[in-house]
Amino acid sequence: MLNTYDVLETIRMIQEECLDIRTITMGISLLDCIDADIDKACEKVYNKITEKAARLVEVGEQIEKEFGIPIINKRISVTPIAIVSAACHCSPVPFAKAMDRAAKAVGVNLIGGYSALVQKGFSAGDTELIESIPEALACTERVCSSVNVGSTKAGINLDACKLMGRIVRECAEKTVDHACFGAAKLVVFCNSVEDNPFMAGAYHGVGEPDCMINVGVSGPGVVRAALKKYPDADITQIADVIKKISYKITRVGQLVGVTASKRLGVPFGIVDLSLAPTPAVGDSVAHILEEIGLERCGTHGTTAALALLNDAVKKGGVMACSRIGGLSGAFIPVSEDAGMIDAAKAGTLSIEKLEAMTAVCSVGLDMIVIPGDTSADTIAAIIADEAAIGMVNTKTTAVRVIPAIGKKIGEELDWGGLFGCGPVMPVRKESPSKFIGRGGQIPAPLHSLKN
Amino acid sequence: MRAVVTVIGKDAVGILAKVSTKCAEHNANVMEVTQSVLQELFAMIMLVDISKLSGDFASLADDLAALGDSMGLKIHTMHEDIFNCMHHI
Repeated sequence: MLNTYDVLETIRMIQEECLDIRTITMGISLLDCIDADIDKACEKVYNKITEKAARLVEVGEQIEKEFGIPIINKRISVTPIAIVSAACHCSPVPFAKAMDRAAKAVGVNLIGGYSALVQKGFSAGDTELIESIPEALACTERVCSSVNVGSTKAGINLDACKLMGRIVRECAEKTVDHACFGAAKLVVFCNSVEDNPFMAGAYHGVGEPDCMINVGVSGPGVVRAALKKYPDADITQIADVIKKISYKITRVGQLVGVTASKRLGVPFGIVDLSLAPTPAVGDSVAHILEEIGLERCGTHGTTAALALLNDAVKKGGVMACSRIGGLSGAFIPVSEDAGMIDAAKAGTLSIEKLEAMTAVCSVGLDMIVIPGDTSADTIAAIIADEAAIGMVNTKTTAVRVIPAIGKKIGEELDWGGLFGCGPVMPVRKESPSKFIGRGGQIPAPLHSLKN
Repeated sequence: MRAVVTVIGKDAVGILAKVSTKCAEHNANVMEVTQSVLQELFAMIMLVDISKLSGDFASLADDLAALGDSMGLKIHTMHEDIFNCMHHI
């Protein structure tokens, strides 16, 4: 018989501490949909997605009911569209529309993969896709886009950084009536991963099987509640508590993933060991850091506390599941985390501090609202800075900033729901234009001669 | 296949009877029961066999939750695997 304490602990974690499965994401390869005729290609894309994911939402809901654990999102990621659309030699926006229609048909709330990988240069289809991102995100509802501009192996494509600075702005400008939401659906990566289940940066890499299920777990509230019981523990014990609770969280992710994969007849890929916050009370990563002992997230000590948290989450999760992947780590999206929002409003949390934090956790400058008059080159430089951290530290980093067109410091953008709301955060005024305008490739870093 | 039914709330007459009747209506066989009353807080955990349910799992869970609501109790019905995976290596 199960132990009463264990049963009640599980129920408390779900009912009171916001434990949930953040996403079941089905990765679908579209390589067999390539066609020189764009209409035919789009039809194949629509048919393949709706066929493969026909039962995704139904099975997700079934599992939710059976195990009594909420599965917040059911999503789809596809092969980077720049690869699929290259043969068409025209604007790939119809692909975005086909993806959007397919997402609505099967009932998933987001579909990722309107993406291009340009870390070493632009190939056929890449430029057309990147140029079309603002329109694609403005005329669709559920499509998410990402562009990889750098990697540890290839270095950083500075031309792509410059281009993306402009594209991010255009995404915001085109959706100004919807609180600049277009830019919230676009992520610029360095070292992007092929099996990421989280949006907006998910795509299905070309090295992946035809179709697979990846799972992203969550549970910042559970970690915080566990730490609350140890107000006087030393930091080694704190790391231990986080490890143990992460193990439990991740086990549920593994169970849900295996069950979904069996019922859908699709191989199970990975569990993304993550602490993904939501704006809901009690579901904040910032509050964990504050529970560890910071008066407010963003103050001195935040990077160290976050490094410990991130590492302990991975150590606990590794043993709990068969395969790990995705972004795996603590997320620090500003607008999606009640504690981060408060810290940013109070001025304790700055972009510079967030940048330092991204060096020790997953993933990057995420869901940060910047002033509407921020220049494209400044955004490009923010992207280059963040990509440099990823490149040198052999980790994934990303930028998802939202220029609040027409707004300045003191105002905010509010999207509601899981995306939350974010105050406009200050950026430096001095121009990086000459640096960004040089173009070319920042060479890959040396990873030997480590003495 | 087994599920864990958890009943939490204020103690009252007939909780066990009503919950087991509802299980019987769905052809869920009650295999084990543990219960405790701590300062008027009633906590009961039942292990039920759900392999021969008359309907589907969701309707059993919904019916039990509704029964709980009518009695001022929280009743959760969850597949035992979630507890096993979380608490056993």
